[in-house]
Amino acid sequence: MEKKIRVLIAKPGLDGHDRGAKVVARALRDAGMEVIYTGLHQTAPMIVETAVQEDVDVIGLSLLSGAHMTLFKDVTKLLKEKGMSDVLVLGGGIIPEEDTPALKKAGICGVFGPGTPCEDIVRFIKKNVKK
Amino acid sequence: MFEEKELEKIKQKKDEWEKNLYSKLVKENHELKDKFENLSGIEIKNIYTPNDISHLDYINDMNFPGEYPFLRGVHANMYRGRLWTMRQFSGFGSAEETNQRYKYLLAHGETGLSVAFDYPTLYGYDTDHQLCRGEFGKCGVAISSLKDMEILFSNIPVDKITTSMTINGPAAIVWGFYIANAENRNINRRNIGGTIQNDILKEYIAQKSFIFPPEPSMRLIVDTFEFGFKEVPRWNTISISGYHIREAGSTAVQELAFTLGDGLEYVRWAVKRGLIIDDFAPRLSFFFNAHNDFFEEIAKYRAARRIWAKELKKLGAKKPRSLLMRFHTQTAGCSLTAQQPEINITRVTLQALAAILGGTQSLHTNSMDEALALPSEKAVRIALRTQQIIAEESGVTSTVDPLGGSYYIEWLTDKMEEETYKYFDRVEKLGGVIPAIEKGFFQREIAEAAYKYQKEIDENRRAIVGVNKYKMDEPIEIPILKIDEKGEERQINRLKKLRKERDKSKFEKNRNSLRKAAEGDENLMPYILDCVHSYATLGETCGVLREVFGEYKEPAIY
Amino acid sequence: MSDLTSRILKGDPRSVAKLITIAENNSSELADEMRVIHRHSGKAYVIGITGVMGSGKSTLIYELARAYRKQGKKVGIIAIDPTSPFTGGALLGDRVRMTDLTMDDGVFIRSMGTRGMLGGLASAVYDAVEILDASGKDVVIVETVGVGQAEVDVVKIADTTLVVLVPGLGDSIQTIKAGIMEIADIFVVNKADRPGIEQITAELESLIDISCIGKDRKIPVVKTIAKDNKGVIELVNEIEKHKEYLKKTKVFVAQRKKRYEAELVEIIRKRLMNFIFDESMFKEKVEKLIDQISKKELDPYTAADEILSKIIK
Repeated sequence: MEKKIRVLIAKPGLDGHDRGAKVVARALRDAGMEVIYTGLHQTAPMIVETAVQEDVDVIGLSLLSGAHMTLFKDVTKLLKEKGMSDVLVLGGGIIPEEDTPALKKAGICGVFGPGTPCEDIVRFIKKNVKK
Repeated sequence: MFEEKELEKIKQKKDEWEKNLYSKLVKENHELKDKFENLSGIEIKNIYTPNDISHLDYINDMNFPGEYPFLRGVHANMYRGRLWTMRQFSGFGSAEETNQRYKYLLAHGETGLSVAFDYPTLYGYDTDHQLCRGEFGKCGVAISSLKDMEILFSNIPVDKITTSMTINGPAAIVWGFYIANAENRNINRRNIGGTIQNDILKEYIAQKSFIFPPEPSMRLIVDTFEFGFKEVPRWNTISISGYHIREAGSTAVQELAFTLGDGLEYVRWAVKRGLIIDDFAPRLSFFFNAHNDFFEEIAKYRAARRIWAKELKKLGAKKPRSLLMRFHTQTAGCSLTAQQPEINITRVTLQALAAILGGTQSLHTNSMDEALALPSEKAVRIALRTQQIIAEESGVTSTVDPLGGSYYIEWLTDKMEEETYKYFDRVEKLGGVIPAIEKGFFQREIAEAAYKYQKEIDENRRAIVGVNKYKMDEPIEIPILKIDEKGEERQINRLKKLRKERDKSKFEKNRNSLRKAAEGDENLMPYILDCVHSYATLGETCGVLREVFGEYKEPAIY
Repeated sequence: MSDLTSRILKGDPRSVAKLITIAENNSSELADEMRVIHRHSGKAYVIGITGVMGSGKSTLIYELARAYRKQGKKVGIIAIDPTSPFTGGALLGDRVRMTDLTMDDGVFIRSMGTRGMLGGLASAVYDAVEILDASGKDVVIVETVGVGQAEVDVVKIADTTLVVLVPGLGDSIQTIKAGIMEIADIFVVNKADRPGIEQITAELESLIDISCIGKDRKIPVVKTIAKDNKGVIELVNEIEKHKEYLKKTKVFVAQRKKRYEAELVEIIRKRLMNFIFDESMFKEKVEKLIDQISKKELDPYTAADEILSKIIK
C-alpha cells in the first residue's frame, strides 16, 4: 500500500488572502498528496496541534500580510519544543528575499514567493520530505 | 445603426477578404496562437466590422454621456470638465507615519485620500488584542480609537478633500471615528465627503475580512445608508467592489457579474427596510480592478454602467443620479511581479489607461515594488506621475468615450453584458446572492478560475514577462519599506492612556446603550457615534457587536 | 504492549495520530499494535453521518461534538473525503468548519482520504475507530462522503447512522438515491430555516410511514439549524434513545457483529491484495498474466484461477 505525503496548508494570523493557499492545495492534490487545509485565522498552537492530529509530513504556511517573521517563527519554535522538527515547514506569500535567511535559520526549509511555479513546490516536497 | 444594403456589401467584402488575403497568410505562417481568447475565455476574432454591432441602436443602447443608459460616461463632459480623482490607497505603521505619507502624496499632486488599515483594525481589534500578534501596521495603518483618527488627519483639511476608507466589517465604527474627528474640528458632518467600502458581501466571497454573519452585517450596512442620506449627504456609504473578487482569481466577466449582483442585493435589502430607492441609490459607488487585457477592461466598465442603469430602472429608480454608476479603479495588484519589478510600471500604465478610457471617476495606480512590500516614496511618486502623464500629455482626455463606436469595443461590451446576465440567472436559480454564498457558488467559481490561470502559467500556455518568459537570473532587489518597530509600543501605550483617562461612566453607559440597540432594530449609527465620542476603542465597540451578532465561519471551498 | 500502544491508552494524541497513519499505510507494525488495541476497544459509541455536499454535515458535527463535550464526554471525529482516482491525491477540508475544537484536548479530529475504497469509507477507518476508542473517546463520529447510492458503507461501522438532508436542494426525496434513504437510523433535516422545509419534512414522514410498517421502531426526523446550534440537543437525545433501543432489543450486539465482520473482511481483502499485487515475487507473475490478458492469450477468469490456486492450496 503506497504511503501518501500528507500536507497541512495553514493561514496563520489575520490575513484573509487565500487564493495562493487554495491554488497550491489543489496543485499538491493533483500531484497525489493528501492536503489538509486549516482555513483562516490560525494561531501557532492551533497549527501545530492540527499537525499532530493529522500526522502530517509537511506544513505550508501562507501569509501575505507581512507578519511572517513573527508568526512563522512561532510555529517552528513550537514544533521544535514538541520534538517535531522532522516535519518539513515551507513558507509562501509576500516574503521579501532579505527575510529568507532568518526564516531558514528559524526552521523554514523553503520559501516560495510570488511567481513560484507550483511544480517547484511539488518537486521540493518530494525531494525533501522525511519518510 | 447601419444601412441594410451597406451591411450586405461589407459582409460580402469581408468573406472575400477572409478567403483571399487572410486565409492565404494564415496557411503560410500559422498564427501565434491556435485560439485568441481574452482572460474571461471569450474568443476574440481576427477583425470586427459594422456587422458585429449592426443590432445596436445608438440612442437606445448607447446614447450620450450623462444620459441613460450611461454607456458612454456618467457626466456629459467627463474629463474635459474635471479629471478623475487621483487617489492613492495608502497606510502603514501608526497614524503619525501615515499622516506624513498623506502629506507627501498631497504635495505631489494627489487629489483625494484613501486609507489602508492594518489587519487588526480591519477585523475590529485593538492593537493589543492577543490575536493580533505580529500584525500591527504591517499592511496598513493601525487605528484603534478616535485619538488615532485625530492624529491620522492632523493638519489635513477634511472639509476640502474627500477620503476613501477601505474598511468593511467595522466600517460603521471607523466611519464614526471620521465623523467625530471632523465634528471635533468644528466641521459640520454635512460638509464632509468620502467613501467607506462597507461591502460585506464581497468579503464572504473574496477578501474574507468579515466579522459577523450576513444578516446583522446587512442590517448595519442599511443603517449606514439611512444615516448617510439623512445626516452625511456627501458621503458614499458603500463602495461595491469587484477589485478583490478579481484579485482572488476571478475572470473579468465574473468580476462584473458578481459585483453588480452584490450591488443589486444591497438595493433589495435597503428597499425591504423601507428606504426609498432614489434617496440612497445616488450614494452607492463601485470599485473595479484594472487588469491586463486592455480592451476587455474597457468593455467591462462600459457594460457595468449600462447594466446598472437598466437594473436600477427595473427596480423603480427614477432620478438620473440613482441610475448612473460612479466607480473607483485600482490597477491589478495580482498582476505585479517580484521579478524585474521596474517593468511593473509599464503594466500599471496600460492598466491605468484602460481605466481612464473606461471612464473611471477615481484611480489608484500601484507602485512597482508592491509585489513584495508597501510602496516606498519614490515608487508611489512614479505611480502618481503615471496618472499625471496620462492626464496632461496623452491627449486621451480631450473627448468623451473615445473608443465608443469601435466595432470591437461595442461588440465586446455587449458580449460581457450577455455573459453577466447568464450569471445573474444562475445565482437566481440558487436562491439569490446570500444562499449562493452559503452554497459556495462564487467561491468555487473564483477558485476554479484562479487554478486554471495558474495552470496556464505553469504549463507555459500563458506568458508572464519576467516570470516564465524573458526571465533573468538576477536577485530580486526591492527596497522594503521599513515599519517603525517602536510604533507598536507607542500605540499600545496610547491605548492604555486613553482607557485610563476617559470618562469611565460615560463609556460604560454608551456601550450598554449600543448593546441594547444592537439587540433591537434601531439604527446603530447614533449609538456608535456616542461610543466613539466617549473614546471607546474600536475593539471595545466592535466587541459589543461581536457579542450580540456572533462571528461568521466560512465553508471550505476550493 | 509497545510504547506506542501504552501511550495511546493514556490518550496521547501524537501516538494516536501515528498509529492511524500506520493503519492508513497498512505498514507491517499494524497487526501487532492492533491486536492489543482491539482488546481495549468497544466502549466508544460510533455515530456515522452521511449526506450530500452542502447539507452542513461538518457544522452539524461541530455542534454535536460541542454538545457531547458539555456532557463531559470525549469525542473522536473522523472526516472522510474522496481521493481522486486519477491523481491519488485528496483535498481534506472538513476540519475548516471545526477549527474551534482544535485546542480542546477532549477532541481528536482526523481527516482521511478514501484512497481508492468505494462505499464512502476509507479502508483504515475500522482501525481508526478502534484506536480512538482505545485512547479513551466516549463517542466517535465518522463523517463520510455521501454523494450517491454507493456511499452506504457507513452502516457497517456505525451504531447509529444519521442521514442529513436539506430543504430545497432541488431534488424531491423520491429522486434521492434509494440506498441512502434506507440506511438512516435518524434523519436530520439541517438548514431548517430554508424555504421548502415543510415539503421535505412531509415527504420524509410519508416515506418513513411506509418503510416502517410492521417495524417496532419508527425512524425519527430531527430538524436542525446547525449554524445557530438549534435542534442539536434534540438530536443528541434521539441518538441516546436509539442507543437504548439497540441495547434493549439486543440489535446492538448484532450490529457490532456485522461491524467486526466487515472489519475482518477488509483486513483479509487488504492482505490478499497486498500479497498478490505488491509482494515482489508474485507481482511479476501477476504483471505477466495481465500482459497475456491484454494480448488475448488469456482471459481474466483463468488468470484469477492461476493466482488463487497458488494461495488456496
